[in-house]
Amino acid sequence: MSVKKLIIDGVTKTFLEKKGGTSTIALRDFNLDIGEGEFVCLVGPSGCGKTTLLKLVAGLEQVSSGYIYLDGKPVTAPGPDRGLVFQDFALFPWRDVTDNVAFGPEVLKVPLAERLRTAEHCIDLVGLSGSGHKYPSELSGGMKQRVAIARALANNPEVLLMDEPFGSLDAQTRNQMQNELLRIWQDNKKAVVFVTHSVEEAVYLSNRVVVMTGSPGTVKQIYSVELSYPRSRADHGFISLREKITGCMAEECR
Amino acid sequence: MSKWWWIPNTFRGEDTRPLRLISVLLFLLIWEGAALLANIPQLFPTPVAVVVALGQLLVAPGPQGMVWAGELMGNTLISLWRVIVGFALAAVTGILLGIIIGWWRNARDLLEPVIEILRPIPPLAWIPLAMLWFGLGFKPAVFLIWLGAFFPILLNTVLGMENTPHKLIEVARTLGAGPRQILFKVGVPSAAPSIMAGLRIGIGVGWMCLVAAELTGSNSGLGYMIMYYYSTMEAAKTVAGMLMIGIVGYLMFIGLKKLEDNILFWKAA
Repeated sequence: MSVKKLIIDGVTKTFLEKKGGTSTIALRDFNLDIGEGEFVCLVGPSGCGKTTLLKLVAGLEQVSSGYIYLDGKPVTAPGPDRGLVFQDFALFPWRDVTDNVAFGPEVLKVPLAERLRTAEHCIDLVGLSGSGHKYPSELSGGMKQRVAIARALANNPEVLLMDEPFGSLDAQTRNQMQNELLRIWQDNKKAVVFVTHSVEEAVYLSNRVVVMTGSPGTVKQIYSVELSYPRSRADHGFISLREKITGCMAEECR
Repeated sequence: MSKWWWIPNTFRGEDTRPLRLISVLLFLLIWEGAALLANIPQLFPTPVAVVVALGQLLVAPGPQGMVWAGELMGNTLISLWRVIVGFALAAVTGILLGIIIGWWRNARDLLEPVIEILRPIPPLAWIPLAMLWFGLGFKPAVFLIWLGAFFPILLNTVLGMENTPHKLIEVARTLGAGPRQILFKVGVPSAAPSIMAGLRIGIGVGWMCLVAAELTGSNSGLGYMIMYYYSTMEAAKTVAGMLMIGIVGYLMFIGLKKLEDNILFWKAA
């Protein structure tokens, strides 16, 4: 955990409103370092800039000031070294599972045989073996999110960025997906930045939980989760940490 | 509970064909009755007279260059060829221009004003100019079909391209896709359902324009044929021609629907 994978240094992001010429500050002076293979969760009130931060790291938005470094190189544009997973899956409905997962290698001009091998491997990894020929409209919400994760993994990214990926799933599927994600993460040990509303989810999954303040978003408090995997939600340490973080967030809502 | 049959769709069998058959039979019956009552066969033919006329038209010699096909099929083939050429031109130009306008804002601002001025002009209003420019026959008909089919295809393509989900573009960018790959691997496939809808509307409008063009600017084709039998006061043959126009139009629609289901197979499931 000592090697810094991703450095977010004094990042501010302001959006210009189209009408009236006023600007909103989405993030102010945001600082966070994420280590090699670390799992970090961002929690905070709605509209605190969690998603904005992910988009900045993904390179889909440009910082107004400050710097983002990945492996020491500044981030300015999207790239296959960062995989992004959205809450609403964003699968290509006209592509079957295999072709969705193979999209990254395909646009990177990886030879056909190799990218099909990669896709198959990633599909196996997320537990969808044998579903490669199915189309998104034939899949349940949980399966769609598995495809989205497999698609992000297919480029073998250095960092996996996840924007409330399990937010639209039912409780049971959600728990199952959390365990699947932990299994995948423990397998490939890539860094994960995971945005969620749920403190419980954050404590269950991550090495560190970053609590953000409301708009403009910035880091309020960072909690290390010193519980060993696999974690139990009924564990005393789990509950007390969850309550501590929930209390910290509640202050923010007042 | 007493009037349960008053609630929509409570009394409804598995097989819808009997009701549909009744619809057709009832229509023919009312038509036959009305025509018999009116008793002016030159102006208001009975269904039976129309069937007889169809038979006569099938065996009568075809138009110039199509004598072997018979009058009905010869004119049908001529009309069909015109609509195929005009529609193909409209599909190529409409889709290409639609992709450009729907994808690049600058192209939109540059081209939209002209399109908005030309679009409300009914294709039929172009008939005089079409005849001045292209004379009679094949060329003005193709021009009018192109004109009629072009706008629905263009507008639906523009709509489809503009409605490409932003999330899909973002995902493609994070996966490493460049601008051209995003256009062809995200924008165009995402617009495909809308483009297909435009083609379906376009072929309908094109078919209408064809008949209109043949009514005035031609000496062959189904439109010309029904106009000809107007001038000879043979209403049965005119109606027979109208029937053929309806059947061909329906078959083209069905064919395009089949094509659409094949291209957009991923929507079905």
